[in-house]
Amino acid sequence: MSFPETGFPITLTVNGESRSLVLEDARVTLLDALRERLDLTGSKKGCDRGQCGACTVLLDGVRINACLALAVSHDGASITTIEGLADGDVLHPVQAAFVDHDGFQCGFCTPGQIMSAVGLIREGQAGDDPERVREGMSGNLCRCGAYAGITEAVLAAHAAMHAPDVLPGGHLIEDAA
Amino acid sequence: MSERMRHGASIGQPLTRRDGPAKVTGAARYSADFHPAGMLHAVMAVSAIARGRVVHLDVAAAEAHPGVVAVMTPENAPTLAKSPDEKDNPFAFRLDLLQNSGVRYANQPIGVVIADTLEAATEGAALLSPRYEAEAPGVELGGGEIFVPDSVGAGTPTEQGAGDIEAGFASAATRMEATYETAAQYHNALEPHTSVAQWDGDRLTLHTPTQALWIAKGRLAGLFGIPEGNVHIVSHYLGGGFGSKGFISSPQILGIMAARLVGRPVKLVTRREQMFGPVGHRASTRQTLKLGAKADGTLTALDHHTLTLTSRHDDFVEACGLIARHLYASEAISTTHAVSRADIGTPIFMRAPGEAPGSVAVESALDELALALDMDPLDLRLKNYAEVEPITHRPFSSKALRECYAQGAERFGWGKRPKQPRQMRDEDGLLVGWGMGTATYPAGMMQGEARATIRADGTALVETAAQDMGQGAWTVLAQIAADGLGLDGDRVELRIGDSDLPNGGLAGGSTGTATSGSAVHAATQAALAQLEDLAVNDRASPLYGAGNAGTVAENGRLARRDDPTRSESFSEILARAGKDSVEAKGTGAGEPASRKTYAMHAHGAVYAEVKVDPDLGQIRVTRLVGAFAAGRIVNPRLVRSQYYGGMIWGVSLALHEHAVLDTRSGRVMNPNLAEYHVPVNADVPSLEAILVEEHDPHVNPLGIKGVGEIGITGTAGAIANAVWHATGTRVRDFPITLDKLLG
Repeated sequence: MSFPETGFPITLTVNGESRSLVLEDARVTLLDALRERLDLTGSKKGCDRGQCGACTVLLDGVRINACLALAVSHDGASITTIEGLADGDVLHPVQAAFVDHDGFQCGFCTPGQIMSAVGLIREGQAGDDPERVREGMSGNLCRCGAYAGITEAVLAAHAAMHAPDVLPGGHLIEDAA
Repeated sequence: MSERMRHGASIGQPLTRRDGPAKVTGAARYSADFHPAGMLHAVMAVSAIARGRVVHLDVAAAEAHPGVVAVMTPENAPTLAKSPDEKDNPFAFRLDLLQNSGVRYANQPIGVVIADTLEAATEGAALLSPRYEAEAPGVELGGGEIFVPDSVGAGTPTEQGAGDIEAGFASAATRMEATYETAAQYHNALEPHTSVAQWDGDRLTLHTPTQALWIAKGRLAGLFGIPEGNVHIVSHYLGGGFGSKGFISSPQILGIMAARLVGRPVKLVTRREQMFGPVGHRASTRQTLKLGAKADGTLTALDHHTLTLTSRHDDFVEACGLIARHLYASEAISTTHAVSRADIGTPIFMRAPGEAPGSVAVESALDELALALDMDPLDLRLKNYAEVEPITHRPFSSKALRECYAQGAERFGWGKRPKQPRQMRDEDGLLVGWGMGTATYPAGMMQGEARATIRADGTALVETAAQDMGQGAWTVLAQIAADGLGLDGDRVELRIGDSDLPNGGLAGGSTGTATSGSAVHAATQAALAQLEDLAVNDRASPLYGAGNAGTVAENGRLARRDDPTRSESFSEILARAGKDSVEAKGTGAGEPASRKTYAMHAHGAVYAEVKVDPDLGQIRVTRLVGAFAAGRIVNPRLVRSQYYGGMIWGVSLALHEHAVLDTRSGRVMNPNLAEYHVPVNADVPSLEAILVEEHDPHVNPLGIKGVGEIGITGTAGAIANAVWHATGTRVRDFPITLDKLLG
């Protein structure tokens, strides 16, 4: 297989920051571009074929499986990853709700769950209906079985983000263990 | 350290996870997130046949691919200091490390391509285009010779029983016999088995997920012929294990060998489909239950025979019969196992090994017997409540199972259950069924150590090579340490997940918190004892001469036990002694005398509601209530999550998981997460876990039993029984899928 000597230059806006890179290979997925080339390892690879959701990111505001997207196809796109959610030390309401409701155990699917939840809330499809939240979050597998906490967290975050007169603030990020 | 622990300020609190902020921001770094300078990527090629040997790999084609640096095959793979088939631990995997061209199961590693990029390595691995000399595989349960294994599970006896089983059946008024089958299951932790390996001479630095850092360290030192101290494994976060990361597997070691071959850091991540073979699974089982009972339901005979499968080249045997040895009283009990060999990857411990498939068979059989006796299934279980462990007649160290039955039944509304099936429908015409099952899991312990350091600034450091795979070690060990030291949690620094720390035992077998928690507690007490020693022998201390009365630690101070007004802060004691810190080690292990005297198990009761579409056979679990008693609860928030997780695995065993083997090729036909079904969020109903109070003075000084596995037991059977209750159809072949209800 041969590739152009010049490679494939692309520019992505990742978490609000313009990132340019030259891919030597057209086969690089968006997930591998983030993880292996931009040092954004929060997005996880669980299956590499769009079945587990651990790689979920927002692409131009819409949740996608980054393992199924080729980076070269998204030149110019705006990407939000788990690293781009918190505002400094203040967690995004979805992140805070996942901590409060124990919406994870091992934590490996968590970045994908949280990005999917942010996308779901933004889509406005599930509202405060637990059944629709469960359905809307079903593209994200959690093998530890934290679904009860995940559903509670999404509902709580939805409520927090839609409460009038309440700024969408979260918790301060404490020292990690 | 045998003193009873005080009820502390931290233990028992539903704290949120200490590692929570790191995990929700993406800052928590798992093995594959490391990227040492100069790192290359490695991708395995795996076998498409299940038995035979590789006769050709197109190494030249792979090497010619741009970016490929090296191809590792049996021709050039680093030699090892000992045979990968030699076991330094009875349960360690026999490994496939490119030491020969043989193939003993499908998806066995047969080559590794190392390249500058993941894409080049992936393409290179595909270009190897293996050719094989294939032999016809045998993969069927009961195919070939059936034999009685030397031991089952974690070295427990293959056969155990009590009383005269034939006499038990002869005296029975009612008898039942049924055979239940459970499917092969794969752990499928979301995080694949990964190595990021870096050699510096004969020193290895390794990022790999493992549930047992010291066991892995010993295995690697042995294979590579280097001192254990030369192996440094870092595994701060582990993306799910469930047993598949208990013992280091071939792919993880191949990454290390690749790094040695090329002399550069290498990352190897197992692809999802490659996890269906070399990293373990739960073997399929066929279990025959024969029960005899008097007319009042008293069991006279309980006979549980298991046939299961192991690999052609290794010996792990799923121990389904264990559960029948301690769960129900019966005049006579017989539990036996047999096994046949197959050309499959070796099975290994998988969340509630033995107990999970054993429980679904036993609980289904009890339900069938209840029907035959025209008894309520809960009444039948209460009738045969084991007051002492049935076979050994040892008393239980604690057993609040009656309370579990009662609290769960009350919450669920079990009293309103009609005895006959097909009696309930919902507003949409769906059939509704209720079922229940008993949950149980042994309260085992491994041996572990921890080190506690009390520092002059009034903080403490607690270290143990324990592992948090989601159960919450980062949080609960800190809680135990804080109470042990009489310090606020935020003054305790915890270090785990690093093989250079004292041996923390195994995050598995529901032993992790009991073992490493006991070690942490012991270490804190030993460190405090040193501090006390300094103070009571120092004339300038208010604690001088308190030796006999002893001291207690609270809020960073030591106080006389008999006069709390006389106290001194840790900092003051250390400052006057001119010390920066005191440091001590502690051990956590089961106390042999009490383990001999008492049977130690956690218990629970699970109640399930299912709805079944009468026309389509579609099954939905709509409600699960579990009530569990597992000694002292260190953190109710995290324990509840463990129960939920286990219960969801019960849903999965009952209704979802099934690796389908092609008997001609020996390959798993659904090696991916779209076709190998695990529950998604929409499959999981309203869950409730009741934490039933239980005080255990014998299990360990903290009174802790494990909670990671018990949730599966009871749940799968409860769901199977609810499906019968909804439909009147008894499915004995798990998972229960709609075709089995319609057929």
